[in-house]
Amino acid sequence: MTTTEKPQEFKVVGTRPIRHDGIDKVLGRAVYGSDVRLAGMIYGAVLRSPYAHAKITKIDTSKAEAMPGVFAVMSGKDMPLVASGALDLGETVDDTAFTSDRVMAHDKVVFKGHPVAAVAAIDQNTGLEALKLIEVEYEVLKPVISLEDAMAPGAVVIHEGLIGDDLGEKVNNTNIAVHNRSEFGDPEAAFAKSATVLERTFIISRAHQGYIEPHASTAFWAPDGKITVWTTTQAPFGVRKTVSALLEQPLSDIKVIPTEIGGGFGGKIPVYLEPVAAVLSKKAGRPVKITMDRRAVFEASGPGPGGTIKVKMGVDDKGKITAATADIRYGAGAYPGASINPATAGIFACYEVPNVRIDSYDVVINMSKTAAYRAPGTPQATFASETLVGELCEIIGMSPMDFHLLNVSREGTRRPDGPVFPRIGNEACLEAIQGSEHFKSTLEPSTESKLRGRGMASGYWNGIGNKSSVTINVNEDGLVSLIEGNPDIGGTRTTIAMQAAEILGLPAEDVHPAVGDTDSIGYSDLTAGSRTTYATGTAAIEAAKMVIDEMKKRVAMIWETEYGNIEHVDGLFVSKVAPDHKFTFKEAAGKLGQTGGPVAMTGTVNVRGSGGGSFGTHLVDVEVDRDTGKVEILRYTAAQDAGKAVHPSYVEGQFQGGAVQGIGWALNEEYYTSDDGVMVNSTFLDYRMPTSLDVPMIETIIVEVANTNHPFGVRGIGETSIVPPAPAVANALANAIGVRLYQTPMNPGRILEALATKKTGK
Amino acid sequence: MHPYQYIPATNITEAVSLLARYGPRARVMAGGTDLLVQLRGERYELDAVVDAKAIPELMALTLAKDGALSIGAAVPCYQVYEDEAIVAAFPGIIDAASLIGGIQVQSRASLGGNLCNATPSADGICPLIVHSGVVTLTGVGGTRTMLVEEFTTGPGRNALAHGEMLVKIDLPKPAAHFGAAYQRFIPRNEMDIAVAGVASAVTLDASGQKIESARIALASVGPTPIFAKKASDFLAGQPATEETYAKAGEVASTEATPISDMRGTIEQRHHLVGVLTRRTLAQAVQRARGNS
Repeated sequence: MTTTEKPQEFKVVGTRPIRHDGIDKVLGRAVYGSDVRLAGMIYGAVLRSPYAHAKITKIDTSKAEAMPGVFAVMSGKDMPLVASGALDLGETVDDTAFTSDRVMAHDKVVFKGHPVAAVAAIDQNTGLEALKLIEVEYEVLKPVISLEDAMAPGAVVIHEGLIGDDLGEKVNNTNIAVHNRSEFGDPEAAFAKSATVLERTFIISRAHQGYIEPHASTAFWAPDGKITVWTTTQAPFGVRKTVSALLEQPLSDIKVIPTEIGGGFGGKIPVYLEPVAAVLSKKAGRPVKITMDRRAVFEASGPGPGGTIKVKMGVDDKGKITAATADIRYGAGAYPGASINPATAGIFACYEVPNVRIDSYDVVINMSKTAAYRAPGTPQATFASETLVGELCEIIGMSPMDFHLLNVSREGTRRPDGPVFPRIGNEACLEAIQGSEHFKSTLEPSTESKLRGRGMASGYWNGIGNKSSVTINVNEDGLVSLIEGNPDIGGTRTTIAMQAAEILGLPAEDVHPAVGDTDSIGYSDLTAGSRTTYATGTAAIEAAKMVIDEMKKRVAMIWETEYGNIEHVDGLFVSKVAPDHKFTFKEAAGKLGQTGGPVAMTGTVNVRGSGGGSFGTHLVDVEVDRDTGKVEILRYTAAQDAGKAVHPSYVEGQFQGGAVQGIGWALNEEYYTSDDGVMVNSTFLDYRMPTSLDVPMIETIIVEVANTNHPFGVRGIGETSIVPPAPAVANALANAIGVRLYQTPMNPGRILEALATKKTGK
Repeated sequence: MHPYQYIPATNITEAVSLLARYGPRARVMAGGTDLLVQLRGERYELDAVVDAKAIPELMALTLAKDGALSIGAAVPCYQVYEDEAIVAAFPGIIDAASLIGGIQVQSRASLGGNLCNATPSADGICPLIVHSGVVTLTGVGGTRTMLVEEFTTGPGRNALAHGEMLVKIDLPKPAAHFGAAYQRFIPRNEMDIAVAGVASAVTLDASGQKIESARIALASVGPTPIFAKKASDFLAGQPATEETYAKAGEVASTEATPISDMRGTIEQRHHLVGVLTRRTLAQAVQRARGNS
């Protein structure tokens, strides 16, 4: 179902062509990170810390170096000691020294799985055996795992050099990297005057993106100093910058070739293996490939942060929000950088809140550094705010839909942390759900053994614009090749090509898109922040317009008339002065050789902001087995504002994928961690993501409220869909079992406990 | 990973002499769905892997004329559940064979391997127990038999002596009015390890209303799969009613000795034993009544 307001007319945008990369992927020809094979290539292996927190007192690599088949061994001393400083990666800013330390420990390990040394050997097994010969001595320190321990006065300090920022004041000897506050109005006074005020504290587990493809990188450091990196990444230019900064090599001596990527969700933005492979390659004089196993992916790459979120909301006697406050504490992992700012932006974004205060804390703990995970920081905070709204609605006897509509944020509403919304689709999503067959359907009543319930929640993700480049080459057969710099995670090669095709007047199939390396395409920010179809698509539109403009000049030359007399209408070049003069794109392309040579145009953009972001509302029916606490998702509908859906199938796929990840986070996914900070369930067997048998077909409603910041009205849509599921499921569960859960995962054990508590009235 | 010899054996004599020669540094491989994963995970080191899939006795699946079933130790699960006569006569076994792993795993994994791997959570063992299975073990010194419930001795440990291997599992012909069922609890619907599992078998009287005898076995709630003797004894002579099943569940629950871990808590597992005993008994009785 699609709802549209004031539609532009499109020929290509809004259709569902077959993806350009489909055949290669179906036939197994697509080259992913670990498929890279080069002449003379050898294999790297990484030795990782068994402790979450320890000083390294000695590393002796001599026995590994002497082992037959071993070409190179490295440790932290082989990495330059880089100075602390901002490493701007487009969506996030890291510290250079911390990043270097994270990639290869120098004198201290700060998470289980922290790399302490690496080898390159003739084959993988030799490399793994060589790791056993590296002698590392540790002085084990007390690990800081819980937020309470990390934030307590007198806590064990993980980084002596960390200078905390407490509301702008510098703090030494702390694990609290940042404490921010967003304030507006007078929440305390407003609470005092409210008819009802509810405060609750929520706990959410860190959760991994669970991409199928493990991290894999290959590097060759040539004798002339040029470094080539093949890697599975969302951010080839970010990898180039990070490798340059960490190895202190000139940026332009580094070429990064992104491979196909088997899922990222934000987790393939940080650099892990690339600098290690490069250093080993320099020592060995050969290309070196390193792949992570699944355990390393879970233990040592970056999941989304877990945390504790306290939310308080007041309403007047009509249910209108008077004030809201939040205290958001995220465990960043071993280095600062939990996504607290988007959490602040998102937590109350669905509402008009006249008085607000949001405190947020970025806290360092002895676990792997968290990374972006689809709408970073926002699902966690929204789990708290939207579950609280669900309970508040129960208390005041108001339907959640009425509550949302009464308090809805819309164009002109001040987002609680400051910016004023332009035109947004928040209300339209609510109305789409309200009008859905699912919403109007009657939930089958509970029985003795099956408890059924329905819940809803909304969510928001802003996203970013930023810098992109697209080059279009016109071929003499009238087809065009399109090069862009954004690895294709979600079908963006096709959605970018479609936007170019729309301008060029060609079918999508006539545009052949490819993802270029960092030497073959202009600078492009990362594939993240729901920016690729939106911002890189804008660059494609720019490039296509330049192509058409140049082709008009060439056609004018052939027809011996003025440029101004040539028009491009319905895919045809026509002359205003000679109506019988007509060229198709193909005909014009075939004549370029006679009119000055090739046409190749590059569109570059730096798009400011997202144009308001994308809102979504989800509705879910659940069934709980009273005896076992097992949850079945009976029905699920996701409505979200796409602005304009370029390829509706991919938009639906993003809605569904985010919903499934969110359901997993809600019901079963967690880092089950020992007191020593060791993740016990670091396998797909015990890190329980939903399988295809655990979720129904996710129904989707594409809402289209045009984005005024994009030529076709497109909004970035990849992330919002993971925001509403956890609170929607929490609200449905409460509706089903009559008692509320405030902690994820809401797994069968916890549901059984809740049911027992209810029975005994405790 | 430590390098090892891969040795396909073609007969039992050859296999046991290899096992005797290598001692604990050798293991028998059937489907390899546990063994190879454990080797790659460096759970232990081996010098030799003895492949049993070319040994005729270990690949034999025989439903005898008298109704008894003999399952060679390396027979893959799919062969068991694709045999209609076996499906009809040994329902408890089928519940497990079609549950272990997924279709790909079932095409290699064997009930014998599941038994030798001896994890407390094994789906295959409890149904063998309630079907009164008997294992045949052969070593250089000869052949012996024992009950399935005596075979597992601890997590990952079994009764095999040095140089000894599991050859087959024999299940007697089920009595008239016999029914069995196995169910496990997992938070997801597939690809998971049992938080708790229960197999139940009942033999009813001719009226189908009274339980003459029963066998209950519990998975994932103790160091080994547990034959729940008290619950089994309690059921003899009881009416086949929901009330009986619930009581049996309470008794079975007292026979479980679970731990708390990432898959579930002690309380949850005790509770689930009760629920699953009740449910499998109801299913077993239903099957028994259809099996007159």
